[in-house]
This record gives sequence, structure tokens and C-alpha cells, in this order.
Amino acid sequence: MVDMDVSYAEISSSPSQRMMRSLFGRGIPYWSLLIFGLVVIAAIGGENIAPHDPNGLDLGSAFKPPSWLEGGSIDYLLGTDNLGRDIFSRMIAGARVTLTVAVYAIVISGGIGALIGMIAGYFGKIVDTFIMRLVDIQMSIPSLALALVIATVLSPSLTTVIVVISITYWTWYARIIRGEILSLKERDYVALAKVAGCSTTTIFVRHLLPNILNTLLVLASLQVGQVIIFEASLSFLGLGIQSPDVSWGLMLADARNYIGNAWWAITLPGVAIMLTCLSANLIGDWLRDTLDPKRRQL
Amino acid sequence: MTMTMPDTAVAATAPLLEIRNLTKRFNAHGGGVVRAVENVSFSIGRGETFALVGESGCGKTTLTKLVLGLEKPTSGEILFHGADLATASSKAMHGYRRQAQAVFQDPYSSLNPRMRVSKIIAEPLMAHGIGDRDSQRARVLEMLDVVGLPKTAADLYPHEFSGGQRQRVAIARALSLKPAFMVLDEPISALDVSVRAQILNLLADIQDEFGLTYLIVAHDLALVEHFSSSVGVMYLGSMAELGPTESVFSHPKHPYTQALLASVPRPDPDHRAPVGVIYGEIGSAMAPPPGCKFHPRCPYAVDICKTTPPVDRELAPGQLVACHLAETIVPPVQSSIAPL
Repeated sequence: MVDMDVSYAEISSSPSQRMMRSLFGRGIPYWSLLIFGLVVIAAIGGENIAPHDPNGLDLGSAFKPPSWLEGGSIDYLLGTDNLGRDIFSRMIAGARVTLTVAVYAIVISGGIGALIGMIAGYFGKIVDTFIMRLVDIQMSIPSLALALVIATVLSPSLTTVIVVISITYWTWYARIIRGEILSLKERDYVALAKVAGCSTTTIFVRHLLPNILNTLLVLASLQVGQVIIFEASLSFLGLGIQSPDVSWGLMLADARNYIGNAWWAITLPGVAIMLTCLSANLIGDWLRDTLDPKRRQL
Repeated sequence: MTMTMPDTAVAATAPLLEIRNLTKRFNAHGGGVVRAVENVSFSIGRGETFALVGESGCGKTTLTKLVLGLEKPTSGEILFHGADLATASSKAMHGYRRQAQAVFQDPYSSLNPRMRVSKIIAEPLMAHGIGDRDSQRARVLEMLDVVGLPKTAADLYPHEFSGGQRQRVAIARALSLKPAFMVLDEPISALDVSVRAQILNLLADIQDEFGLTYLIVAHDLALVEHFSSSVGVMYLGSMAELGPTESVFSHPKHPYTQALLASVPRPDPDHRAPVGVIYGEIGSAMAPPPGCKFHPRCPYAVDICKTTPPVDRELAPGQLVACHLAETIVPPVQSSIAPL
């Protein structure tokens, strides 16, 4: 009887519980789409929709706390950093760089990695051995050391960050996709496609690619967070985004020295990174389920 | 839709598929050679059904892969309409694929889960550039009708069907090119007992309707007796016995064939396993026994069996037996195998 009471209590959930369920449960991830949508709008709008100049120095109003805290003003919604720059405006401006890096890096590393992984897995033998040794070698090089070399050669910039991240992460895709293909190519429908007279290209596009999309989506959505953090590390080391450009990672790096005086200057971009990553992961899960014909009707 | 068919007069006598001294060896990991198929020869006449039987690991599946061009033979010839597949150009191979299709055992693995049934069935047509969208669609609906599925099935995904229905889809796909030859690799063994007979009847019906030649792999001997006109019994990559189904089943001459037939369960409580039942496991294809490969398990084996590989000898019309002692072995009493 006690158990039944408990389950009854769970069924008649409060609005906040229902909200949590819509965020973490099945179905369309409204919250994630909303957050990600806002980030995308910020990235498109950039400086144009920011209330202040993201690089506008105003030492007189440095270290202002967010508006809801004592000493904060509505003028600086999320407070200011050590140079008196508006954190809200910088976050809006930083969304563009952060998202650009994430999208390019994921598309490039995912595309190259998946293609190479498919080739290695499908053709096997010497091709596989060669590619996988290359991947092993690549993976044994510390990515930051590699980034240092590449950034020195190419000079630090947005492009460099994208190149470095792509070079670091393609191996990740290649390994996992190769494993998937190894099992997929043994499926009878691949053999039957050959029997039907399909070309290798057709088999790749029609039979292999659609069946690794799930994995690719999950990998890509998990990678969003890693890319943002990696970009932050590069920018922190002075190898990535350079002022006056802003990125969330650069904001973290800049605010680190003042964490005792102004916790918000490092926390709020951190929260933005976290929420963006979480949204990306949930949207990725949802897309995976939606694109899979087996799950579509569930 | 024009198919190049050879002279009908020739076709009536020449076999559709002829396999000569076919051998396939694989290099195993860590050295060693797997002798999957060794010096196998047989032929299948037009409209005939040839069954391959044998234990797991005897090379049946490798043989079908060779016949379908999914593997290249190490040596030997696979002649289809007299042209050798092993040395065929990729263009000739593409032409062959139009005439030779396949249905595999597991209908859950043989249909791409991401493709609609209409596309699955139309895919062979697309691969050969036959017809436009509309005529392909018409062919899809026609094939669905032939295999007894409703037209509405065309727009569904494979997971929306049962195993038996999936196998019908697989058959419709194999039929869509209107091939002359079809490989059936254990087409019913993954299905529920209740739908096996339906699928078998369907296969028999389309064979008549489309004039198909079948190469069927099976381990269900009752099915083979019922379904095929010729049978080849394989053991460890070699053909032990080969001939018309009727004579092989009524007068099995190879001890292995006798043992296989004797091991079929009978729906008779008084029936006891007859003498000649074999024990042990099939040998290793990496290190097959010398002489006759079957000798370690053969109750009749003598010295010559351990040293000299037997050659095929025709001991009855069309019945080839690879056994030194075939004439001297008295087969155990056979009663006809009960139907499914």
C-alpha cells in the first residue's frame, strides 16, 4: 500500500517536476532548443545586438557585480570584468567565435574522420593497417604540443584554432566509425547490395553512411563541449583567439586572475559553455531518435 | 528490358552453372591456411534445384559466396552460360549480377533498416539503370504481389514486418531483376516453423513462374528431399557425394551421407539410431586429416583411407561418391524421411 501511495504521488507531479521531465525526458527537447536557439541568435547578431561595445573599456565601472546582486546596476546585466567591459555584451559577441569554431571543427574533423574510418573499415587489410597506424601515431602526440607547433607555423587566429581542433579530433571519429563499419560490412544487406550490382560508392552512401549517422550525431554532440573547452585552452595559452576578438574560452582565461574579486566574470561564461554543451547533447540525442525509422513511431 | 540469352537449343542441354575444381583458401591470422573449399565440381541444369548439405563449417557458405562473386576463387572455374566468373571483367561481372541474385538466411540482417521496402526492392533495378522511377515503382508493386504482400508494404520500413514477411521482401528484391539463377542460403531456417512451409511454397511457385534455377544451401534434409532435384553432400570443403536427390537419399553410398540421413529425427518412438551414426566433431579446415577427410569419424575406415584421398567415382547414374569403400559398405536400412 505504501508503494502505491508513492507511485500516486509521482504521477500527480508538480509543474516544476513536469518541467524537469520535459527537459530530461523523451520528446522534443524544448529547453535545449530554446537555449541553443538563443546562442545561435547571439552568434548571428553579435556586436549589433549587444547593449554595450564588447571591447568598450571603462575602468571606472570595473568589477561591477551582476544586476541582481548588491552594487550591481541594470545597465550591466551580468556585471563587468576587470577592465569594466560588459560581460553580457562580451558573451553575446563571444558566442559567434565559439559557435563558429565548434561548427567548423566538428564538420571538418567529423567529415574527414568518418570518411577515413569508413575507408579503413570497409577495405580492411593493408589500407586499414596503414590508416590505423597513422591514427595511433596521431593520438600519441599530445594535442597541445601539436597545437603549439601548428599555431607557431600558422600564427594564432580563428582559422588556426579550427585547423588544430580538426587535426586533433579526426582520429576520434576515424577509430569509432571504423569499428562500426567493421560490423556493418558483415551485414547481409551489404553483401546483397554487391550481388544486386551496386557500386562501392552506392554502398558507402546508401548502406553504410545512413547506418553510422546515429553514431556520428552522438559523437558530434558530445564533441561540442570538448571543442569549446579546447578552444578556451588554446586561447588561454595565447595560441587561439586574439583580442579584440572575444570567445567564451578567452573570457574564462582573462577572468581567471580575478576570480577572487569577481567570480561572475569567470562563472557566467562557464555557465554559458555548460548550458550550450548540455543543449547540444540533448538535441543530438533527440535528432538521433528522430532520424532512426525504428524509433520514430515510439 | 532485353536479356541476352544463349541459343535455346544449347541452353536445353548445357548446364546453366558449372563448377570445375573450385578451390578457395583463406590466409588465417597468425599464419596457416584455411581450406574452405577444395576441388569441388558440380553443375546445375536450367530450371533445376541443386541442394548443398553438410555440417556447419563444411564450406557451403563459402561456396555460395564464390558463386555470387563475393569472393574470388583461389583456383578453378565457375562457368555461367559457359563464361568463367573468376576471370570475368568487371563489366561482365555486372552483367552476371543481373542474372544471379540471392536470398540469405537472416531476414533481419538482409534488409537495410534505413531503407523503405520500395527502395529495397527497386535497388537492383537502380543499380542496373533499368527503367525510370515510374516503371521501377510498377515493378516493385508487381513483385510485392508475386510474393503475397499488400501494395501498402512498399512505403514501410523493414522493422515493421515479421520475419516471414521480411523474407518475402527479400525474395521480392531478389526477383525484381527477373534473374535466371538464384542462390538460397538457408532461406527458411531462421523463420518460425509455422511460416517455413509458406516461404517454401512461395519459392517453388516463383521457380515455376519465372523459370528459375536454384542453388539452395540447407541442413534440413527433409526440405532437401522435398525441394531439390540434385544434392551435393559436403564434408570439410570437399564433395563427399553428389547426385540426383532421389538416388542419393534412397541409396546413400558415402558413409557420411548415410550418417547424415540416419541422424534425422523420426516421429517414431520405437525408432532407434541405427548403426553407422558418427561421433565427434568436424575436423579443422586449417589442418584437414590426410587421405579421406572423413576417415577419423568413419566407422568403416581402413588403412587406405588414412593415406590416399578418394576420387569421385560414378557408382550409379549421375551419382558421384568420394569413398574408397563405397561398394563394400552395406548401407543401414533407410526409411523415408518424414515430412516437416
